[in-house]
Amino acid sequence: MSSRTVISGPYAHEKASVRRSMTLVMLALAPATAFSFYLFAWPAIFLFLLIAAAVLAFEAASLAIAGKPVRIFLTDGSALLTGWLLAMSLPPSAPWWIGLAGAAIAIIVGKQIFGGLGQNIFNPAMVARVALLISFPLEMTSYVEPTPLFSNLAPHFGDSLAAFFGLGGHVDAVSGASILGHIKTELGRGASLSEALAGQSGLGALGLGQVTGSLGETSAALLALGGIFLIAMRVISWRIPVAMLATLAAMASLFNFLGPDHYPNAAIHLLSGASILGAFFIATDPVTSPVSPRGQLLFGMGCGALVFIIRTWAGYPEGMAFAILLMNAATPLIDRYVRPRIFGHGAKKSGAASK
Amino acid sequence: MMGALFKIRGGVHPDDRKHLTKDLAIEKIPMPPVLHLPLQQHIGAHAEPEVERGDKVLKGQVIARAKGMISAPVHAPTSGTILGLHSYHSPTASGLRWQTITMRPDGFDRWIRRAPPLDPLTCRPEEISRRVADCGVVGMGGATFPSAIKLNLGDRHKLEQLVINGSECEPYLTCDDRLMREKAAQVIDGARIMAHSIGVVQVIIAIEDNKPEAIAAMREAAADVPDTSVVTVPSHYPMGAEKQLIQTLTGKETPAGKLTADIGVVVHNAATALAVHDAVRHGKPLIDRVVTVSGGAVARPRNIQAPFGTPIFDLLEFCGGLKEEPEVILVGGPMMGQPIKSVHAPILKGTNGVLALTRAETASRQVMPCIRCAACVSACPMGLLPLDMAARVRKDELDSAVKIGLMDCISCGACSYVCPSNIPLVQYFNFAKGRLKAIDGEQRKQRLTRKLATLRLTRMEEQMRAKKEAFARRKAEQAEKAAQAAAAQPAAQSGAQEAVAQSGGSAETGAAEGGDRQ
Ligand code: SF4
Ligand code: SF4
Repeated sequence: MSSRTVISGPYAHEKASVRRSMTLVMLALAPATAFSFYLFAWPAIFLFLLIAAAVLAFEAASLAIAGKPVRIFLTDGSALLTGWLLAMSLPPSAPWWIGLAGAAIAIIVGKQIFGGLGQNIFNPAMVARVALLISFPLEMTSYVEPTPLFSNLAPHFGDSLAAFFGLGGHVDAVSGASILGHIKTELGRGASLSEALAGQSGLGALGLGQVTGSLGETSAALLALGGIFLIAMRVISWRIPVAMLATLAAMASLFNFLGPDHYPNAAIHLLSGASILGAFFIATDPVTSPVSPRGQLLFGMGCGALVFIIRTWAGYPEGMAFAILLMNAATPLIDRYVRPRIFGHGAKKSGAASK
Repeated sequence: MMGALFKIRGGVHPDDRKHLTKDLAIEKIPMPPVLHLPLQQHIGAHAEPEVERGDKVLKGQVIARAKGMISAPVHAPTSGTILGLHSYHSPTASGLRWQTITMRPDGFDRWIRRAPPLDPLTCRPEEISRRVADCGVVGMGGATFPSAIKLNLGDRHKLEQLVINGSECEPYLTCDDRLMREKAAQVIDGARIMAHSIGVVQVIIAIEDNKPEAIAAMREAAADVPDTSVVTVPSHYPMGAEKQLIQTLTGKETPAGKLTADIGVVVHNAATALAVHDAVRHGKPLIDRVVTVSGGAVARPRNIQAPFGTPIFDLLEFCGGLKEEPEVILVGGPMMGQPIKSVHAPILKGTNGVLALTRAETASRQVMPCIRCAACVSACPMGLLPLDMAARVRKDELDSAVKIGLMDCISCGACSYVCPSNIPLVQYFNFAKGRLKAIDGEQRKQRLTRKLATLRLTRMEEQMRAKKEAFARRKAEQAEKAAQAAAAQPAAQSGAQEAVAQSGGSAETGAAEGGDRQ
């Protein structure tokens, strides 16, 4: 690829580039990320930095092996964004090797084996998350209670570093389960929903993120703001997130109405379990979602419904990753059959005809 | 008056960069030392040269005559001497040489005797369209379709509206803007003449909202003209595309493969309306036009009235030359214009702009793989999936690209404009359409050859059969004759004998007599 690439028109171009889109997405993620760094302190920061470095290294190596221009693709921001989303979907206390394995799976298996940027069928970060969840269920579901930075609870820098790399160092963490996991376990024990929810953080805390969970589950409000920013900047369309959250809310409300003691209400579904992160940042991954407006609506609805189904009836309380991967698999099919109507074909009745 | 406007799908909002020239009045360029006039400045069959090297011509004289159903004549833009008919640089990306008449202006600019003015209200519609055809008027928005043909559409279609396209949606271009500001009354008069010719009452003049002065000027000029309204349409590329403009104004969608006339609307460009006015009211053939010369690399951008055939070089010189090395020099707008190979190429009837753009303006960047972001899908005004079509073209699956709408693509470039990966989408489509046309032509040729061959074969077979039949007939006839002869022979013989006998007798007698006489 040469740097002089314009051969024919148009000789004007929108201020858009792959790098710009990726950068904007990362910008939108930044507030929520910063907030979760604050909440979970050093372990989360180490995990994030390690994954960032690892994805770049794996990406560079894969590009070099594939004989592609490393500098151009490495700086397009796609690998870093994948790493970022992966970090957001891991428990903040995950050990270093989880992060490293995740980065390797995401970049190598999730992306480069398919042919690199734009070629993968599945969202790489979700591929990694699901692979890790299945392989290391214990590490992937051990959450710690928030231990805000600079608070008394916050683990010490040195101790955290040592603990992160498994070199002893004691971190006084209170382990906990995410709210959906907790509800699932409690319901499984035969408790009613209200009993299960007793003592759990209120919805306000859920929305603001003072809760146990992976990095990206912790601040629905900041993530939603980031998502709205992306829609405003036209980096993503509103269709997938709105269709997805609306479907999820509708199904949750319906079942909550039918069985209030067994089914959490829509608010809990929307504000927990990475619903917001998934809807705005992961399901909207352009590479793995449909391209037509109606296809995107369908895709969003499918994600929403699957999230609810998996959370409610399958073994995993957080169904987001599975739901998105399943819909990723359906995307080629959706793109094949759901196409926009071409102008002038099968149009509404047109006016005067020939004499 | 018009009601609410309708929304079109897709489209983009490029930075219009019209401020470079929008406030600059139209200026006349001094007559260039030579003019290069290609025989084909329009869609259709090229014109047939009427002059030879050394001929003296007058301004407005026909130097090449229209040939065939769809064609347009070429007139001398000024008086002077014909230097020759040869192949010369064309203002195209390929720089292909076209058959061109080159003339040297004599500086006197002497007119030929012009056709008398027509009174559009009393003359018949055919007279108007004939005049427009004789004056060589073609669509000046860039399509260059001979206008007279569109003026005859009323014969076969039930038309309701004439739309004058003053949207000028391409960035940089301001030539129509200036025309509408400086010659509003004439443009409206031209529009009314065309309306009369095609037999419609309602005239809508559509202007994008980024040209408030033109809107005001045209409104004022149209104030006392019945059934003529000026409608402000949003600045939204490609608003100037016929089908999109009609949809905006009327909500009607032109069915694929049909003419806008099929839904009762005819669209003409504002500059074309002025050309029609000139032709009908003044007998003035189309010999010059307004061209916007602009772009970051041009020292002093201008709106220039220039005779056809003016080399682009002279236009740029008139603008103070180039102040920096351009990345590209284009004819037309940046969205759909064509890069040119040689600045010696001339401007034509359809040349609305000459742009010398800098690297920063063209914003050419690294091509990346498609990330399926669907930006192109949202931008496409025709409801196509550019990424999918491009993938098929790249795999050389032209038929399957056609199946998903390649032929509906209007080459507006909106998809390429938004693509974050800078994929030259529209380039794929233009390439594919060119290929298909070539293949189609090839196939048609093959079909024709096959047809001719079959015809020849059947003709030969027929000839053979005819020959055989003739032969058989002859044989049969002969046989018949022979049979008849055979049947007739005994009688004949006896008769003959009788005759002979008789004659013999007489002969004998005669001989006897003769003998006697001897
Ligand atoms: S705009 Fe470009 S990158 Fe985006 S889907 Fe279309 S072709 Fe692919
Ligand atoms: S060039 Fe063709 S495919 Fe691209 S936006 Fe225009 S009509 Fe659609």
